[in-house]
Amino acid sequence: MYRKSLAELAADLQAGVCSSAELTQACLDRIAALDGRLNAFITVTADAALQAARAADARIRAGQAGPLTGIPFAHKDIFCTRGVKTSCGSRMLDNFPAPYDATVTRKLAEAGAVMVGKTNMDEFAMGSSNETSFYGPVKNPWDETRVPGGSSGGSAAAVAARLVPVSTGTDTGGSIRQPAALCGITGLKPTYGRVSRYGMIAFASSLDQGGPFTRSAQDAAIVLGAMAGFDERDSTSVQREVEDYRATLDAPLDGLKIGLPKEYFGDGLDAGVGAAIEAALEQYRKLGAQLVEISLPNTHLAVPAYYVVAPAECSSNLSRFDGVRFGYRASSPKDLTDLYQRSRGEGFGAEVKRRILIGTYALSAGYYDAYYLKAQQVRRLIRDDFLRAFEQVDVIMGPTAPTTAFRLGEKADDPVSMYLSDIYTIAANLAGLPAMSIPAGFVNELPVGLHVIGNYFSEGRLLNVGHRYQQVTDWHTRCPAGYE
Amino acid sequence: MALDANAVAKIAHLARLGINPEDVPEYARNLSAILAFVEQLNAVDTTGVIPLAHPLDATQRLRPDAVTETNDRDNFQSVAPQTEDGLYLVPQVIE
Repeated sequence: MYRKSLAELAADLQAGVCSSAELTQACLDRIAALDGRLNAFITVTADAALQAARAADARIRAGQAGPLTGIPFAHKDIFCTRGVKTSCGSRMLDNFPAPYDATVTRKLAEAGAVMVGKTNMDEFAMGSSNETSFYGPVKNPWDETRVPGGSSGGSAAAVAARLVPVSTGTDTGGSIRQPAALCGITGLKPTYGRVSRYGMIAFASSLDQGGPFTRSAQDAAIVLGAMAGFDERDSTSVQREVEDYRATLDAPLDGLKIGLPKEYFGDGLDAGVGAAIEAALEQYRKLGAQLVEISLPNTHLAVPAYYVVAPAECSSNLSRFDGVRFGYRASSPKDLTDLYQRSRGEGFGAEVKRRILIGTYALSAGYYDAYYLKAQQVRRLIRDDFLRAFEQVDVIMGPTAPTTAFRLGEKADDPVSMYLSDIYTIAANLAGLPAMSIPAGFVNELPVGLHVIGNYFSEGRLLNVGHRYQQVTDWHTRCPAGYE
Repeated sequence: MALDANAVAKIAHLARLGINPEDVPEYARNLSAILAFVEQLNAVDTTGVIPLAHPLDATQRLRPDAVTETNDRDNFQSVAPQTEDGLYLVPQVIE
């Protein structure tokens, strides 16, 4: 059962081949048997899941089921879930059962999807390896001595290891796409504003966006359809109809113009990864696409601009954690300042503290213009590069990450080297563009991800581009040894 | 720009973030490396470039000035470290 795609499972549920209760129990059994090796889950909600599964079965019998009704999924522990611990991978929220549901939580529940648990992640989504989690690192199912990527590492590992067919993630600088690439699955970051941020614990509000992890573009089309949509509770949610992403999956790619930024194929790109990407591009050429060399001249400024904008917004967002209203509180504070300082000092881990400090510095009196304003100006230059490129091409392709999964601990002591693992993904966040990673081969038995960036609100096109490739390749069907 | 231990302590105070004194040198080293890295931005001429605050250049949506939320205080305070009579408790502020 666990080998099947979401689309196949939905058909089985409709046809009565299996029930959601059976399917959910099968996922819970896989988690119980295998997650000890991966550490992908922070919380498993077995009882609530089985109850939701029985409700989904009733709905299916009543003929009121949608494509997600009865499908088990894992939820990144950044999405608020009423009454269920929502830790954000942090000691700060280890004692926090969210008092309300995120909009994405509500929408997936309304679609009948069955949450089986909350997944491990870098603390407050700050990291590219899942090593900053208070709950310990997640292992990559392709090689348990390596990282799954981050920050949504638990969600990516859970889908790659076939513990669940679907999971959710969030992407501020690559946190869906980079782990999708390193774990060999499909991950999509939608256009900024497409998926509601309400109840999604904020890291950098002008960059954060939620999206799905699945094993295929077809499955991602189903899940994104349920996650997306206008939400008046999110002030940056976009008022725009959600398309039927499944309707356009099969559109032919004849004449598709694929832009290849020369900056994405230069120094720093692993040769094996580069060769896998070249082979994927050749496959697209056979599918009728036209490859066009383009330039995004400000590419090298994306990571530096991000490491001003994201920490600045993080320092502001995380000021809400004060030990007073919710979350961790230090014991026996001697006064109010001591309460704030020790609650925050003891509740946050090292990487979160680094980013709060950088952000506080960049926003402090006398430095705002030199850092934050400057970075926001550079951000426009980066965005304008893309706008010019999309006058010429339909989508942009390149590698999702410069290397395959690196070893646990390899970059843990060097923040800047860790930050560079998001070198190809960060620009899409700064520009607010939708982007996707799909499996495109292996180097030394480790997965490689192909990165596809689209113009605003072109999620349907991206999924179509992914689906057509997955019709003629089988990288996305490969399963890590030990998890078959 | 390199940050020394004093600068880190000052920023940590602005952020009300407790840092163990023995960890300060490492933070100073890491933060200096990050700042040196973002220094690349200064090489770019951004004269006349309007800062981009929102990727779609959207502005805040307005809504009618009407009460839409219900009072959910008990629920929200159920996750608070310490409350009394509907109030959040903190250490004594005024002697």
